[in-house]
Amino acid sequence: MSLTTDDVNKIAYLARLGINAKDTASYTENLSDMLKLVEQMSSIDTDNVTPMAHPLDTIQRLRPDKIIEDNQRDHFQSIAPQTEEGLYLVPKVLD
Amino acid sequence: MQWETVIGLEIHAQLSTKTKIFSGASTAYGAKPNTQACAVDLGLPGVLPVLNQEVVRMAVKFGMAIEAEIADYSVFARKNYFYPDLPKGYQISQMDHPIVGIGHLDIEVGDQTKRIGVTRAHLEEDAGKSLHESFHGSTGIDLNRAGTPLLEIVSEPDMRSAKEAVAYMRKIHELVQYLEISDGNMQEGSFRCDVNISLRPKGQTEYGTRAELKNINSFKFVEKAIFTEVERQKEILEAGGSITQETRLYDADKDETRSMRSKEEANDYRYFPDPDLLPVYISSELRAQVKAELPELPEAKKQRFLNEYKLEAEAANNLASSRPLADYFEALVKTSGCTAKTCSNWVSVELSGALNKKNLSITQSPISAERLAQLLQRIADNTISGKIAKQVFEAMWSNNDSADTIIETKGLKQITDSGAIEAIIDKIIADNQGQVEQYLSGKDKVFGFFVGQTMKASQGKANPAEVNKILKEKLKR
Repeated sequence: MSLTTDDVNKIAYLARLGINAKDTASYTENLSDMLKLVEQMSSIDTDNVTPMAHPLDTIQRLRPDKIIEDNQRDHFQSIAPQTEEGLYLVPKVLD
Repeated sequence: MQWETVIGLEIHAQLSTKTKIFSGASTAYGAKPNTQACAVDLGLPGVLPVLNQEVVRMAVKFGMAIEAEIADYSVFARKNYFYPDLPKGYQISQMDHPIVGIGHLDIEVGDQTKRIGVTRAHLEEDAGKSLHESFHGSTGIDLNRAGTPLLEIVSEPDMRSAKEAVAYMRKIHELVQYLEISDGNMQEGSFRCDVNISLRPKGQTEYGTRAELKNINSFKFVEKAIFTEVERQKEILEAGGSITQETRLYDADKDETRSMRSKEEANDYRYFPDPDLLPVYISSELRAQVKAELPELPEAKKQRFLNEYKLEAEAANNLASSRPLADYFEALVKTSGCTAKTCSNWVSVELSGALNKKNLSITQSPISAERLAQLLQRIADNTISGKIAKQVFEAMWSNNDSADTIIETKGLKQITDSGAIEAIIDKIIADNQGQVEQYLSGKDKVFGFFVGQTMKASQGKANPAEVNKILKEKLKR
């Protein structure tokens, strides 16, 4: 499977990456090569192999439902570009 | 053309844990902005999510209550999209391997029972809140809600009317509160719903193209939104047009649905398994433990109320609809000495009426089951009549006095002494000779007049049965 330059532009938009138009062709080629590698792997018969959800063969550790975090708002907001009344401010978004 | 409406619901129930799904920050509602948003909730670099064991237990409990398959292993995935109230750029959710698989729930519509399929229920984190007003053209972000645990319950497209959809939503709402896994508070957004709607010609088996109505947080709005959307789709289809698959917003003020175009492009979520989280394993020990904790469910309770207490279906349904209400009723039955029917009437009529008037829930009732039981005991032992009991109830509502204290201080004790009642009746008969003659000439209705007069003269305190008996004897002469 090969990607088109339109595919690459869409992927870049979804990931909010600003790519340089002159690089699009090489990205298209590189990404298509990766898909080819996946295709190659897909041709292997894995019918009797249980898929892994994670490379570590173990299970998720759970924590008790106990409050252990303090209010560190001032600390966290000291690195925020803009705050007001305890809120983080961002450029206006509207649906 | 006759159209059939096809509806499926996605319900988000906020799980009532103390802390968030992946961090130890508090989930308490109403805190000052960002005071309950820790480094994990903010998505700061280098943090690792750790799953809350209570969230897992609650999801398993729900799964068991709808007789669903519970996965041995379930997997968390990243749902990628950009929005400022989602600081990581992805929401941790579940995709291919949800914790709860296929189950079902029965609903009642009219006197019919219908089984609605539940496709799946999965765990995910909530996003923060965007405040669009008055920050000099900026948007304010509060991340206290970010990371709050949600159980998303997805139904099969099994509902065929707004009525069925609302009945199903109510049933799930009732169930999550019964299981004590969610407070179901709709004003605070703890319980909200997306509605998928499509139409198809009656008789056709394939589904039509659907529209999704997002984030509706009241039963009334779900019903209205469905009516409005069905009309919109019908108009388009009847004019020969076709429905666009899209996300729409229901505007309750204008009673219309409109397209949320901005959501369309972003609908490519590129899910993949979250490398920060390992598969979740549900052990047989946990299954057994949760099974043992499972309370009597609403349907079973309703059946028991019908059989054990011989209640009418409507009363049984109403009382079994909420666990605290059912507990209150059963406490009364056990301690008041009154019949189950009397207890049911007091809870459903007097108490519920008074609570509704003040917009209170049963758990906020100023009159506890113990206090009301004492009042009902006084009806059972003939100290007061049911009518006087209503007066005492009103007094109990506004202060903390016991029923006995109020009966005593207000002198409301029923007059059962037949001598005292006779004296009242003698006087009434002497004062109303005209009515006596009417009665004797065969006008039985006049009897009610004498009862009324006697009760009035005794200020409602005469025992009605005693009054009837004595009046009958005296008027015969």
